[in-house]
Amino acid sequence: MTSILSRSRTLLFAVAGLLAAPWAVPAQQAPTAQPAPAAQPQTPPPWAQGRPDTEGAAKLAPVVPPPIAAAADKLPVSQLKVPKNFNIEVYAGGMANARSLRIGEKGTVFVSTRLLDKIYAVVDKDGKREVKTLVSGLYRPNGIALHDGTLYIAELNKVSKIDNVEARLDNPPKPILIYDDLPSDEPHGWKFLTVGPDNKLYFNVGAPCNVCVPSSAHAQIRRINLDGSGAEVVARGTRQIVGMDWHPVLKQLYFTENQRDWLSEDLPQDKLNRLTHPGQDNFGFPYCGGGNVPDPQFGWGHSCDEFTKPIALLGPHSAPLGMRFYTGNMFPREYHNAIFIARHGSWNKTTKIGGDIVVAKLNADGTVKSIEPFITGFLVNNNYIGRPVDIELMKDGSILISDDWNGAVYRVTYGSPRVSMRR
Amino acid sequence: MGRVGGSCAIAAMLAAGALFPASAAPPERLEPCLACHGTEGQSETPEVPSLGAQRSPYTLIQLFMFREGLRVAEPMTALAKEFSDQDLQSTADFIATLPPPSPPADPGEAARMEQGRALAEQHRCNVCHRADFSGQDSVPRLADQREDYLLKTLREYKSGARHAYDATMAEVLQPVGDAQIVELAYYLAHTR
Repeated sequence: MTSILSRSRTLLFAVAGLLAAPWAVPAQQAPTAQPAPAAQPQTPPPWAQGRPDTEGAAKLAPVVPPPIAAAADKLPVSQLKVPKNFNIEVYAGGMANARSLRIGEKGTVFVSTRLLDKIYAVVDKDGKREVKTLVSGLYRPNGIALHDGTLYIAELNKVSKIDNVEARLDNPPKPILIYDDLPSDEPHGWKFLTVGPDNKLYFNVGAPCNVCVPSSAHAQIRRINLDGSGAEVVARGTRQIVGMDWHPVLKQLYFTENQRDWLSEDLPQDKLNRLTHPGQDNFGFPYCGGGNVPDPQFGWGHSCDEFTKPIALLGPHSAPLGMRFYTGNMFPREYHNAIFIARHGSWNKTTKIGGDIVVAKLNADGTVKSIEPFITGFLVNNNYIGRPVDIELMKDGSILISDDWNGAVYRVTYGSPRVSMRR
Repeated sequence: MGRVGGSCAIAAMLAAGALFPASAAPPERLEPCLACHGTEGQSETPEVPSLGAQRSPYTLIQLFMFREGLRVAEPMTALAKEFSDQDLQSTADFIATLPPPSPPADPGEAARMEQGRALAEQHRCNVCHRADFSGQDSVPRLADQREDYLLKTLREYKSGARHAYDATMAEVLQPVGDAQIVELAYYLAHTR
């Protein structure tokens, strides 16, 4: 309980800090980003700054999910904590590396993977859920989107589609390529894909590194027409994005952004951003991290004030991934048009943070009013028992959450469990 | 990248054909594997890795990738084809119990060892793979691995010829040049 409260306070503080003095860096956090001139021989070179040399730091390593899904009786759903009157249950399991979620008009749940080559389809037949592998042989197919019955798939270096996909679940055709003018870099090469209110496909091209000056083809959000034509860059200076969604009223693009590793335990913070000037906004990578920390290696000659600020800070290394606006009718009114954000959880931090779903409630002008924990419990004793990736809204107003550690999807409902089971 | 191991690989294929489907305990089933990789955890076969004391979660991922065709290196794809998920797990667990490979008799040139150590620290190899390069969880053991295998693997990660499970090694190697890769392989192969 204490940790939930303190985390909540930290997040609220971060938001409050932004609202009160939007771009001020708290004094106690600033020194980390101040390198001494490289000429002094005793000064460590840029790569060595913040280099861990303690026993605890030696345990830092990316947390890699197993390639085999957890057995049904090993899923940690009973350990996950939801707010009062909410319920969480297993929706479907056995989908190793379950990542992005999309739901078709007929109710099919599409589940992508990042480390495997598959997209799964979950079909609900009278309450019994059948998981099938819809497509195999893809490469890093993290990004999926649905529009007018067509499934769009963003792999490492191409975007393809399957028309009328829900009518062809048992015999799906090979995806048809629509766009491949993309770099093939592995680092941050996986994509998140969404369709905008302008009926265009939006996706990220990540930075091909932890921190570097990216080429003109990297560290950006692009949009293309549904046939792959008309590519344009709508945002720059974005390191890596694995979650985007559209404000239901303002129709602006909101997205989570993951910041660099190895700067320090507590900096920079990962961000929630809003695109208000498509084609003009630059979010600061690699010059400014977290909207308020000049990069010690690349920030010289720049100010964080040159760049579009985040609308909220989501914690250092916390890896916010999937995010969805809640426009359903099942949850209480306070959640209406709020954003649920899945924090996958840190690895580049001795005491891990994240491994939860937080909810960002917004003001009418689209700025962030508060951020608080919604579902916790994926992180136990500094180890993950699951890692949330993406969130999707079902027609009945319940939400689905994917977990790439266990290869499962959970469903969150509100109200009496018996009622929610019948829905 | 496909041809490794020469005659030992052929022997392994033949032995595998005779063994599968096998209900034997892991050591017997693994005879064809150990024909190339070495029965005592130490490979004597060019460009074939030593497996001794390798981390089980890492080996599980590699075996899975071979089975699924996500990592291509014959004869591994063919050998892993008939493995069930449970077979993959028990094989990975058994391999972790093999003794670690021995350091080479040659301790390595002091200047190159120092250079390699500095490079390994600069790129934080020693953080994820640990200071003694014994690995942890899905991060593999590197200490006293065959130098030719380390060199080949680092080059393949750098060029993208080897598709890793995740992008970590591609990211780490992004600022590392080939001359540095040569030194890293030398250092890791000789570290003790």
